[in-house]
Amino acid sequence: MDMNLKLKIWRQSGANDKGKMVDYSISNVSPDMSFLEMLDVLNEQIINEGGEPVAFDHDCREGICGMCSLYINGEAHGPDRGITTCQLHMRKFKDGDTIYIEPFRAKAFPVIKDLVVDRSAFDRIQHTGGFISVNTSGNTQDANSLPISKHAADEAMDAATCIGCGACVATCKNSSAMLFVGAKVSQYALLPQGQVEAADRVRNMVAQMDAEGFGNCTNTGACEVECPKGISLDNIARMNREFLKANI
Amino acid sequence: MSGVLSSSIGRKVAMAASAFFLMFFLLQHFVINITSIFSADVFNELSHFMGTNPVVQFALQPILIFGVVFHFVMGFVLEARNKSARNVKYVKNNGAANSSWVSRNMIYSGLAILAFIVLHFIDFWFPEINHKYIAHLPTDPNRYFGELVHKFHSPIRTGAYVAAFAFLALHLLHGFKSAFQSSGMSAKRAIKLEAISKVYAIGIPVGFIIIALFHHFNQH
Repeated sequence: MDMNLKLKIWRQSGANDKGKMVDYSISNVSPDMSFLEMLDVLNEQIINEGGEPVAFDHDCREGICGMCSLYINGEAHGPDRGITTCQLHMRKFKDGDTIYIEPFRAKAFPVIKDLVVDRSAFDRIQHTGGFISVNTSGNTQDANSLPISKHAADEAMDAATCIGCGACVATCKNSSAMLFVGAKVSQYALLPQGQVEAADRVRNMVAQMDAEGFGNCTNTGACEVECPKGISLDNIARMNREFLKANI
Repeated sequence: MSGVLSSSIGRKVAMAASAFFLMFFLLQHFVINITSIFSADVFNELSHFMGTNPVVQFALQPILIFGVVFHFVMGFVLEARNKSARNVKYVKNNGAANSSWVSRNMIYSGLAILAFIVLHFIDFWFPEINHKYIAHLPTDPNRYFGELVHKFHSPIRTGAYVAAFAFLALHLLHGFKSAFQSSGMSAKRAIKLEAISKVYAIGIPVGFIIIALFHHFNQH
């Protein structure tokens, strides 16, 4: 059955605008729509009424690019678990519901417009160490010549599934980026190719994370719950160990 | 090394280290205090030892005071930094959907404990320092039990102590396992600590509550 919904959406014309919540009504929303499709329909409605459409981030709409964000009814990516906003469906809501839609909030994620935030702080952290230095000029070693335990390979792969969406930062009461940085540190620290530069990597990435103004982790575990890829808190603990090992 | 303590992870680990120290202190404080329920003589003997032993008085006591001050100051420093990391708050935030109340409100349970420590110092520590080092009153190895029982005569003070221990339990329910995770223990191992964490976090404060109530209702 189609639904009629009330929406309270954060509108902010630019980075220097103060911004405010604006009320909208939308009718005939199919429960089979994705949340972003519902916003597409809303934007068509706003454009037809001569208004400025709501700006929001999206790209693949398949849950793998990490582009869509949105803080929906007080939770990053909305009320469902293990998904991004593009995978959230309107069947999670009821007819007559009021839905609050806000941008991811953190000083390190400034709002660009409406619901779009600048998450390039993550890119800058990655640039300081989220890579391995390998000569790829044609003499690449066979991957199987370095034995890696299945356990380490699985854990590295799990860490590497982080899509850098920023839900961990948005959810954390401290706006901490430690789940993201922990995942990036871990995916390399667990593998022999990454261990060569492990000390520099963790030192540089943590220094950049601090310089960007993210808060500190207080182990509430909220990030792990809201992460669309289920990145484990173990990665934060591993980053802590790597950081201590690199510095002491 | 100096850079470590100014980093987010270094501060987090330092916070955990001071927490481990304070939790060990709390355990020994509890072990001594619980003897007051069973034997006034044993309690007096242990208290006299702790109050007069020069290693305890002039080495361990300053370390303890430093540990307490460090934990509170670092707690405030981290809280201020964490608050400033989100300059615009959410209009609607559903914290209960993904984390426990105790984990989100460590600063408030910590502030309640800080207020209690002020009261506790006024009740016991300042009079003790005055007795020994300022007024230079005569040494009496049997005065401790009587002083303890006398303090719990007042229902208001007893109630304040009971309330403070309830806040201590809330603080420890998250703080105990959090300290292990901050030190680098994996979440899987930390989950195994869950049972020990609950025994400590509830057992010690409840034990202190029993001691306070026991002496309140057993006034000589």
